[in-house]
Amino acid sequence: MKSSVTDPFDNTIDDPTKPVELVLGDHDLTSVTELVSDIVLERKTPLAWYAAFAFTTGLTGILFLMIGYLFVKGVGVWGLNNPVSWGWAIVNFVFWVGIGHAGTLISAILFLLRQKWRTGINRFAEAMTIFAVICAGIFPGIHVGRVWVVYWLFPIPNYQAMWPNFRSPLLWDVFAVGTYATVSLLFWYMGMVPDLATFRDRAKGRIQQIVYGVLSLGWNGSHRHWHRYEKAYLLLAGLATPLVLSVHSVVSFDFATAQLPGWHTTIFPPYFVAGAVFSGFAMVGTLLIPARQMFGLKSIITLHHLENMNKIILATGSMVGFAYATEFFIAWYGGNPNESFAFINRAFGPYAWAYWIMVTCNVITPQLFWSKKIRTNIPVMWVMYIFVNIGMWFERFVITVSSLSRDFLPSAWAYYDPTIVDILTFVGSFGLFFTLILLFIRFAPMVAMAEVKTIMPIADAHSGERRSVGDYHGDIPKDVRDGGAR
Amino acid sequence: MSNDGKLYGLLIEFESASLLMAAAAKCRDEGFKNWDVHTPFPVHGMDDAMGIRGTRLPFIVLVSGFAGLGIATLMQWWMNAVDYQFIISGKPLFGIPANVPIMFELTVLLSAFAAFFGMWILNGLPRWYHPLFTNRRFRRATQDRYFIVVEAKDPKFNLEKTRNFMADLGGSVVEEVNESAED
Repeated sequence: MKSSVTDPFDNTIDDPTKPVELVLGDHDLTSVTELVSDIVLERKTPLAWYAAFAFTTGLTGILFLMIGYLFVKGVGVWGLNNPVSWGWAIVNFVFWVGIGHAGTLISAILFLLRQKWRTGINRFAEAMTIFAVICAGIFPGIHVGRVWVVYWLFPIPNYQAMWPNFRSPLLWDVFAVGTYATVSLLFWYMGMVPDLATFRDRAKGRIQQIVYGVLSLGWNGSHRHWHRYEKAYLLLAGLATPLVLSVHSVVSFDFATAQLPGWHTTIFPPYFVAGAVFSGFAMVGTLLIPARQMFGLKSIITLHHLENMNKIILATGSMVGFAYATEFFIAWYGGNPNESFAFINRAFGPYAWAYWIMVTCNVITPQLFWSKKIRTNIPVMWVMYIFVNIGMWFERFVITVSSLSRDFLPSAWAYYDPTIVDILTFVGSFGLFFTLILLFIRFAPMVAMAEVKTIMPIADAHSGERRSVGDYHGDIPKDVRDGGAR
Repeated sequence: MSNDGKLYGLLIEFESASLLMAAAAKCRDEGFKNWDVHTPFPVHGMDDAMGIRGTRLPFIVLVSGFAGLGIATLMQWWMNAVDYQFIISGKPLFGIPANVPIMFELTVLLSAFAAFFGMWILNGLPRWYHPLFTNRRFRRATQDRYFIVVEAKDPKFNLEKTRNFMADLGGSVVEEVNESAED
């Protein structure tokens, strides 16, 4: 390992007397613009991109093939049985929605907390959010059985003069995920407009000029526009913050409001949200590490950014571990025999293998991030992210399947096995996710250029002095505030 | 650039944010109304340097948020307690707790729409043609340069006087920008 003291580009050393360098390598506004926009506008698409794209579109094809098969044959092609009437579809739904949470956390919550390092990674994470929510939305859509009446999920007048039941958490889910997808999309697109305008002004091809020109809405960098833009950005961040916390809470209500042992617990909302952020950061890291390597973005997405993400993974992973322990404690302390049985059954019953995969990946391995050496070692952290991705999928599997397969009445117990259609549908959803990510990398500004520029020392209008606290939004330097009286 | 055609305004370029900030404060003190600063990123403290007052966007968002809350409440009450009654385990036909999640979601949804669309409408965007886009130098406004533009329609605008005033701001050469590239 490199020595962290002698490496001049190491910005992970904690020195409280100096602000952390978030953009390395003597960048100025011009070079940052070039670095990010040349990936799309100038550089030839790498061969690896085409290879990856061919592979992921193939997987996407499998996804749609499996969905088509499901529509023709019905949900019997899945491994569902009685009592396990919720299988991989719901597991995958919760998994994908959870992944999305990291994007909103980075773009909204870290924005409100004035975490400047978010600017390097927020665009990528937001894109990932939207694509993950698209993948998530597929599963409840296809698992309803009679897909031709899927519009009954929405309060749309129909021939039976029937309205949906607003007391059902499944309907809350429709509204929560729908609102989340919409707001994330607005937030992402709005953040991208100034960067699309940069693309428009740098594009050489006629088609590129027209497409980026239309998408950038005629943005011209006017400060009167920036003024309202920043206000809108702040408002959207403020709205997205409770929203992201509500989405996985509502998802957890699907389970928590049921009477089933192992589901019927009040700890679910916070525990699901922590798990969602945990899994989402792991997925952001899984994608960012190859992307920054391949496109030479190491000076903008620095080791400091990755280390911060690892700290969040460590924190949320510990919360998840604590929640697992609390569940067990309450199962014993609550004195309900069915509840105690459900938890003993999870850890030592027929699904013990899944439970221990979950515990290993979510509770044990993330604790290695206490070590700074591991936290700043890129290959090691990438492997850890993969572990977390696996562990968090298994968490949802354990919750859903182990509780359903053995409920109150032993004569009703059954073991659940997925079919090949279940497996291929899930694998196919990864194909869709990665296809969208590849398209995003190829055609959109992967890094929020305008936002990165604001955190560079060169952006400070008061040359010489460096502000060590605060962000560009909202806080006005004192000298301007006093001197700039109207 | 040709000088014939209707004049849109005068353009001046700056190298750094601190030069721009000082120049913007001078333009504000000169009393211009139709002028603007164009920057690749939001320059911190520029609101005060330009003398821009707050926007009414937050108010619009607040009103829309309440509208969302009202719509959600009325919708759930009408659909489940009046038009199609769900009679389940003796629960009241309309109870706030069960309706809170959707009240919250629609409040957020309508507020977000207001923030997003309200911002674009107040900014007068999308507007795909702008006289400034005819200037090649101005393309760097979204990349790495800072500009001040004083429009010809400003009541205090006088071609010679304003040009001389702008030339002293500490930027590059003052350029004229026409309404359209062709005329």
